[in-house]
Amino acid sequence: MEMDVRGWTFVMVGLSFVIYIAVALWSRAKSTGEFYVAGSSIPPVVNGMATAADWMSAASFMSMAGAISFMGRDGSVYLMGWTGGFVLLALLLAPYLRKFGKYTVPDFIGDRYYSQTARLVAVICAIFISFTYVAGQMRGVGIVFSRFLDVDITVGVIVGMAIVFFYAVLGGMKGITYTQVAQYVVLITGYLIPVIFISIMMTGNAIPQLGFGSTLNDGSGMYLLDKLDGLSRELGFAAYSTGQIGMLDAVCITVALMVGTAGLPHVIVRFYTVPKVAAARASAGWALLFIALLYTSAPAVAAFVRTNLLSTIPNTQYQSAPAWFKNWEKTGLIKFEDKNGDGRIGYSPDKATNELTIDRDIMVLANPEIARLPNWVTGLVAAGALAAALSTAAGLLLVISSTVAHDLLKMRFRPNISERSELLVARIAAGAAVCVAGYFGVHPPGFVAQVVAFAFGLAASSFFPAIIMGIFSKRMNKYGAVSGMIAGIVFTISYIVYFKFVHPELNDQSHWLWGISPEGIGAVGMLINVAVANIVSSLTPPPPERIVHLVERIRIPRHAGEAHEISA
Amino acid sequence: MPESKKRQQYWKANLKYLTVLLSIWLFVSIGCSIVFADFLDQFRLGGFKLGFWFAQQGSMYVFVILIFVYVYLMNRLDREYGVDEKEDV
Repeated sequence: MEMDVRGWTFVMVGLSFVIYIAVALWSRAKSTGEFYVAGSSIPPVVNGMATAADWMSAASFMSMAGAISFMGRDGSVYLMGWTGGFVLLALLLAPYLRKFGKYTVPDFIGDRYYSQTARLVAVICAIFISFTYVAGQMRGVGIVFSRFLDVDITVGVIVGMAIVFFYAVLGGMKGITYTQVAQYVVLITGYLIPVIFISIMMTGNAIPQLGFGSTLNDGSGMYLLDKLDGLSRELGFAAYSTGQIGMLDAVCITVALMVGTAGLPHVIVRFYTVPKVAAARASAGWALLFIALLYTSAPAVAAFVRTNLLSTIPNTQYQSAPAWFKNWEKTGLIKFEDKNGDGRIGYSPDKATNELTIDRDIMVLANPEIARLPNWVTGLVAAGALAAALSTAAGLLLVISSTVAHDLLKMRFRPNISERSELLVARIAAGAAVCVAGYFGVHPPGFVAQVVAFAFGLAASSFFPAIIMGIFSKRMNKYGAVSGMIAGIVFTISYIVYFKFVHPELNDQSHWLWGISPEGIGAVGMLINVAVANIVSSLTPPPPERIVHLVERIRIPRHAGEAHEISA
Repeated sequence: MPESKKRQQYWKANLKYLTVLLSIWLFVSIGCSIVFADFLDQFRLGGFKLGFWFAQQGSMYVFVILIFVYVYLMNRLDREYGVDEKEDV
């Protein structure tokens, strides 16, 4: 009766796909309003859950805990950066953008700054950010398929494309939203079940968030984190609970990630889907609550798996290594090279003598095996990883599609296009975007990892300040906003390109500006944007009267109404 | 009170809430978790050093609470100034 891991993975993944398709069929879009913003009819808790699934990508699910595991305390910049941004969203953006109505981020930029140039800058940024992100998701889908189901990455990407194509193209935002709710449930279950068991196994505490601050279960009475610090130091690594990143750099990376999160178009657009301003505020709270369930567990996973790894693997005989070690060695995610020929696994920060290389993704994916959980849990983890990747991909594809059909075609070239044709163009654009994303999933450009810094840097230095100033300043005009965005983007991109592509050999602290890494430079780009925008704006004529009225109107919640009934 | 004056006061109250809540946000994330983290690490919360706990747990709990406090305060403010949306949709 015992089914193997592969069988269970097929069952879990297959079952989850059937659910997604059924949900998509039930909730398909019939109008552009439903396609772009789900008819602005989604209840806040549902929208919060969908936003959580939208936001948590393949990287959050598979790679983040592993990254923290290797970075120790420094991994906190991701935890705080990717959650703290939701406070900014809730307090500074979501309610006002909901009151503004309409469908997209370029809509707001274009209308508020009464400028087609501003709209175009926003369109280019939105498309660039979304493609950057979506390529990584498709790759994630392919990797999960190949690891758990032994199928080719290409086949995995194509299956993923077909599923996303089906519900994103057919269902639009409405279909995506309800599918994302199902995907959230799958991904959070797949993440938490193994973590809870590992927490019980190592500390006897069923709540992982408390478990990694508890004493070990081995009778020593020692705190897990103290043990981990000790183990790390013995092997020559820095203590787990101390940071290595410079203070200013840590501040800048955290701020850039927070502000970037709040400026990502696929996250912002989710707040157009709720019926009211009050609902937009509340759904940001629900979103962060659902995200925090995973994000507060991730550092626990990191500490558990690191402790387990450091106390079982280094200096043991290769022959007697645990079964999971050898299983994952087959996938190439664990590599052991016996450099000194003593048959023991040497692990050290020194590259010359280190014999063990571990891929960061393994920390989450191998969890069920490390905790010796039943095979169906592994299947659930695979389904969870796919849910994380697919839900994010769908949200991004919708941004690309609405930007092309609405901001580019309707607002720039064919203002008189009928709703039917616009919906058709939006669907075709979504379909085309799926294919491009799939292509990049199969043939990932070598720079995928580097361009993530781009996505956040761009969002931080362009959208975020432009939107904030558009709401909180009545005086900000189009000249200020456009020159600010361009100054912020040019500075940020130049800095990243210089260190990541032109002179990667110089990419270290001694060459960085004030010790700020390319990952954190978006924070400086944002300040440059704000400074330039304010200087230019103060030297040029104020915005017209109707724009001042628009700003006054979005500041008051009453009469939000249907998104598509508002006109600027 | 004239409508425009009322709106100004509503906006002022909103900005006051934002200033207080975002100061807490900044203090907990950048302050407790990065800038003052080394200082806080001399205190402990069970097995956690306090600065480490803020960086990997506490800041995120505070973020969630801040948003719900903001939701509560703004809903109350909206009703006080009669700009809530009960009849609209």
